[in-house]
Amino acid sequence: MLFVPQRFLCLGIRTQLLKTVSSLRSFRFSALATMASKHKNAKRIEGLDSNVWVEFTKVAADPSIVNLGQGLPDISPPSYVKEELAKAAAVDRLNQYTRGFGHPALVKVLSQVYEKICGRKIDPYTDILVTVGGYGSLFSAMQALIEEGDEVIIIEPFYDCYEPMVKMAGAKPVFIPLRDKKAGNSASSADWVLDPTELASKFNSKTKAIILNTPHNPIGKVYTKEELQLIADLCIKHDSLCISDEVYEWLVYTGNKHIKIATLPGMWERTVTIGSAGKTYSVTGWKLGWSIGPQHLIKHLQVVQQNTLYTCSTPLQEALAQAFLIDFKRMDDPDCYFYSLSRELEGKRNRMAQLLQEVGLKPVIPDGGYFMIVDVSALDVDLSDMVEDRPYDYKFVTWMIKSKKLSAIPLTAFCGLETKEQFEKYIRFCFIKQDSTLDAAEMILKKWSKQTA
Amino acid sequence: MSRPVQAQRLEGLDKNVWVEFVKLAATYPTVNLGQGFPDFSPPDFVKEAFVKAVSGENAMLHQYTRVFGHPALVTILARFFGKLLGQDIDPLTNVMVTVGAYEALFCCFQALVDSGDEVIIIEPYFDCYEPMVKMAGGTPVFIPLRPKTPAPGKLMSSGDWQLDPAELASKFTRRTKAIVLNSPNNPLGKVFSKKEMEIIADLCVKHDVLCFSDEVYEWLVYDGKKHIRIASLPGMWDRTITIGSAGKTFSATGWKVGWMFGPDHLVKHLRTVHQNCVYHCPTAAQEAVAQGFQREFEHYGKPESYFVQLPQELQQKRDRLVQSLLAVGMKPIIPEGTYFLIADLSDFKAEVPNLPDCEEPYDSRFIKWMIKNKGLAAIPVSAFYSTAQKRNFDHLIRFCFVKEEATLKAAEDILQQWKLKKTGP
Repeated sequence: MLFVPQRFLCLGIRTQLLKTVSSLRSFRFSALATMASKHKNAKRIEGLDSNVWVEFTKVAADPSIVNLGQGLPDISPPSYVKEELAKAAAVDRLNQYTRGFGHPALVKVLSQVYEKICGRKIDPYTDILVTVGGYGSLFSAMQALIEEGDEVIIIEPFYDCYEPMVKMAGAKPVFIPLRDKKAGNSASSADWVLDPTELASKFNSKTKAIILNTPHNPIGKVYTKEELQLIADLCIKHDSLCISDEVYEWLVYTGNKHIKIATLPGMWERTVTIGSAGKTYSVTGWKLGWSIGPQHLIKHLQVVQQNTLYTCSTPLQEALAQAFLIDFKRMDDPDCYFYSLSRELEGKRNRMAQLLQEVGLKPVIPDGGYFMIVDVSALDVDLSDMVEDRPYDYKFVTWMIKSKKLSAIPLTAFCGLETKEQFEKYIRFCFIKQDSTLDAAEMILKKWSKQTA
Repeated sequence: MSRPVQAQRLEGLDKNVWVEFVKLAATYPTVNLGQGFPDFSPPDFVKEAFVKAVSGENAMLHQYTRVFGHPALVTILARFFGKLLGQDIDPLTNVMVTVGAYEALFCCFQALVDSGDEVIIIEPYFDCYEPMVKMAGGTPVFIPLRPKTPAPGKLMSSGDWQLDPAELASKFTRRTKAIVLNSPNNPLGKVFSKKEMEIIADLCVKHDVLCFSDEVYEWLVYDGKKHIRIASLPGMWDRTITIGSAGKTFSATGWKVGWMFGPDHLVKHLRTVHQNCVYHCPTAAQEAVAQGFQREFEHYGKPESYFVQLPQELQQKRDRLVQSLLAVGMKPIIPEGTYFLIADLSDFKAEVPNLPDCEEPYDSRFIKWMIKNKGLAAIPVSAFYSTAQKRNFDHLIRFCFVKEEATLKAAEDILQQWKLKKTGP
């Protein structure tokens, strides 16, 4: 250090001290920043932490609440399904690893079932992947086929995981809403349609895929052949893929037919079709699903599988295979569970619709699936004292859970930011519930309508 | 499509030793000492718990449970491991259930590793670590365990394979995000000592690096060795994700129930990945595993504890396989833990020609020949090494000994016959 006169020395020291302190502070700050950054999350999950189910299932876990929210059957799965699982668990080797891409017995019967429906040969080993629920298939498809620079078209309202999965894959979601052709007066899920010109405008050279969900959650729309053809034409024109979420494929009601877009000309080679044991057999807690498609696409989903969880549960897959064998044998018989469940649910659908109508509401009657949406604005509930900045339907459901002990899911959970206003007066009810649950819901709704009368 | 249909993140990840060798072992009639799974039953108390869960009155066990882990399971896991670590573990924020330990590993990398991050992997390693790091955009940085010559007259042990502390320290850079620790180690069977763990821990603390600790074989330690949980070392709880597996713990690999625990500020990111990837895990098996842990909690340390009985049983099987291999001239490396054993092919190398220009590693070709010609399956150890090191470790094969007596006897017979054939009449 240079020798300087006293006065300057003092100043110098103070400056020196200030410099030292500030450089210490900046060192500490940058060290802290570095330290903080080491424990920071990877960019791919930025902004993806909130999740409507985690929030609302927590709230509705209270047993005093009549839960028509989450798509959770409280009806029992068929007894032979449960029995097959108990049988499988008793076999030593069925408690150990099976084939990574799908237990042989299961992929074989899946290929048989879907060959019959699709009218084409499906190789159980190359054209099928068994995943952890339909959810796992969606994830595998996105991770396998979608990346940064891609756009993926999502039809609103959409099952909420599509958007975060597209984002986690680094791609850009492009939204297009179903529009109520009755302009706020819809009585049926069939009223909700895509505008063909608007749809065409969403496709461009970056469009890697469109996600299709039919029967549709939450509205219950069952896309017609013409509607599917519209989508197919655009996929072919722009050489885009189609990820077709058909988990509710068996749940279609009178007058409607589920059509697989993969069966349309030119579509098999560009479509991954997703199915779910949970929805097929009312065993959501089994978390088994499958992706079916051409080898040149499925092989990439298989690579994702071998790098994410390697294999799914063996006893569950064996049990599912046995259950499928039972129903495959009676696929031409009305007693087949695929059809009997649908009939059972149609009755519940009708009952749910009636309950809501009696309260003065206008539910949108679904053509498929086990959800029903309803516009609650007619009830004119004053929620202005709920301060938080959330859409009307979120506030409504929170209030309804608290004050009416009835739960549902807000529809804006299924929308992108731009369309929230369009959908915030709707809530979604699930009707795959046993009679006693629907009875309890009826009591609440009747009491409610008396109060508002 | 003009460009490849698949995403770039899959580049180079399509090969998988299990897909290949599991298929082979299933195609030919073999005595299968390859893939790591027991060929005997899980213990009765967990099997019964599973059957009870699926056929009992509570039909809701067939429906979704809590996303981050069935309440009964996360509660007992928190209690059980909290006690072992002397750490307060909250079941809701510090624990998450996954689809096998495999998914827990996947969540670690996806949640916490970004493009440009380095992840240290100790060789030999369970093969999925490398592709998982790459799929997350990270760079794997390898460091080998180096075999020391054992004391004269002693057989080589997995304990003779050690990290060079200076070499390890040199692998930590500004970009190092995490180190993956696997103890007991698959495929070698090494059980890292407290001292060895402290060296790793000190470097983690010094460089503020995370530790993903794969402890799936935590109960399978032999010869009185102790499994140390690195999260219990000073400064480590806040930076460690500890991973466990019901498949290995309860000999039920087909259930695919795993878990991890750690500090909330890290686990919360793994929750985000999990809720965007599989969302729920199957319910009934979680209920059964919870019952299993409850029973073990009550019997902890007692002779009737499965966690006491299984390693005792496996130690005997280990010793038996060691003898079988020694008798025929394959040189085993005695594992201190896990249910794997590596053997040097030594004299048996004459059976399969060395082809220096062949891309496929020697041990892989050897095993394929062995499966087809001798009806005995194992796994090539080169599969557990990075590309750079595969050639240096291609004369070793891995045997799995968590097999019933009949299987081990059958393997012994094959080896004996083989030796006779080699030495001639």
